[in-house]
Amino acid sequence: MIKVDNIKKRFGDEEILKGISTVFEKGKTNLIIGQSGSGKTVMLKCLLGLFKPEEGFIYYEDKAIQEMDDEQQRDLREDIGMLFQGGALFDSMTIEENVMFPLRMFTKQKKSEMLARVNEVLSRVNLEGVNKKYPAEISGGMQKRVSIARAIVNKPKYLFCDEPNSGLDPKTATVIDNLIQEITHEYDITTVVVSHDMNSVMEIGENIVFLKNGLLVWQGSNEDIFKTDNKDVTDFVYSSDLFKKIRDIQIEEN
Amino acid sequence: MRYLEDIGSYFLMLKRVFGSYTKRSVLKELIFKEIDDLIIGSLGIVAFISFFVGGVIAIQTALNVDNPLIPKSLIGFATRQSIVLEFAPTFISIIMAGKVGSFITSSIGSMRVTEQIDALEVMGINSLNYLVFPKIVALMLFPFVIALSMFLGILGGLIAGVYGGFTTLTDFTTGLQQDFTPFHLTYAYIKTLVFAFILATVPSWQGFYMKGGALEVGKASTNSFVWTSVLIILTNYIITQLLLS
Repeated sequence: MIKVDNIKKRFGDEEILKGISTVFEKGKTNLIIGQSGSGKTVMLKCLLGLFKPEEGFIYYEDKAIQEMDDEQQRDLREDIGMLFQGGALFDSMTIEENVMFPLRMFTKQKKSEMLARVNEVLSRVNLEGVNKKYPAEISGGMQKRVSIARAIVNKPKYLFCDEPNSGLDPKTATVIDNLIQEITHEYDITTVVVSHDMNSVMEIGENIVFLKNGLLVWQGSNEDIFKTDNKDVTDFVYSSDLFKKIRDIQIEEN
Repeated sequence: MRYLEDIGSYFLMLKRVFGSYTKRSVLKELIFKEIDDLIIGSLGIVAFISFFVGGVIAIQTALNVDNPLIPKSLIGFATRQSIVLEFAPTFISIIMAGKVGSFITSSIGSMRVTEQIDALEVMGINSLNYLVFPKIVALMLFPFVIALSMFLGILGGLIAGVYGGFTTLTDFTTGLQQDFTPFHLTYAYIKTLVFAFILATVPSWQGFYMKGGALEVGKASTNSFVWTSVLIILTNYIITQLLLS
């Protein structure tokens, strides 16, 4: 569980996060959604400890990240898996080396043990036989799956995903979404996904936090989001022609 | 004002480079990889340039010495002095600023653009130690490259001078041994080590703190070459003043 308590983040004179409080629950896929410039990525970077909020606290379980010393922060980071927007695979390493990287850095396992674990997670993300390939030799969707494998190889307690579907076709995007949700339930971890993709919201949004101009304006599940009359949320959801048509059909049917 | 900020950020980077260390077994592998990329990968071009520039120095010296009172051994002497004091340590370092420096900036810059550095940071790894420290260690072998450059430069001078009919083997070798000051080698290696540190850190700094996309990676590589060369020339002047004057 991650608890966010009234965080404020400012760059120069511009206040990006204006006092956000929420809870990201364990065993659920928590989504941070909102338009571009709403503060999603800044919030994610604050959660990861890459940005320090000027005010407020972020608690991992019961310990505030701001109160942790360097060693405690390093320990915490070993419990964090991250899926970056572009995959962020190390292009000088093979797929196997990429996935093995956190194990090599943080464990004292033998190479055979590490290899067994790498094969286990690669098979979990439905990728086999690509161990010796380089990231440039596989597709974008496969790169995302390798990135998920790398994020979970060290059995993290927290999984963060930044726009996991960006640049993917709808079918592959659904595969990635489902994979994230399955892993969240299977490993019973706290997953936080930053997205502006409505398909992701529908597929995996068990707890959705909607940001607008640095403020949390709505929170609920993927079922609640279609029932809400919050104008900011409805404007966002029905900005897509597809969802508008679905809504019109529903209205006609009713 | 911006220059002051840049200087400050360079020294803060150095502090972090020598901060928390990457796991030793991983670091060892990274150092060997950097030796391969930065040192072994540069030997060919350094050998080629040194050999032919050595030859050109010998020929130009010979062509400018037409006074019969000046001994032909001067060709060997001038070749040795030019190569040991200046060409090998300084000009090979500037050539390396183009080859190795651009490579370092573009590889680290690309990692920045593609979020690979963020990935290291999120994992709790000191990305500066992981990326820059192995390069500094690898480039501490740079004096061996310069030794090779000195040897091949003088060999090139000897072959061009003797086989070009400008001097004899005896005159050339006499000149090579004439007024030899061992401290000149010490001076050359001291400045080589300083240049090696500049070659490892300035391009890394340019790459690590760059912002933007692919175009900015290219700009950072160009800036890296300019700043590395300027710093090499400036430190060359300061070290020469301190050690030789």
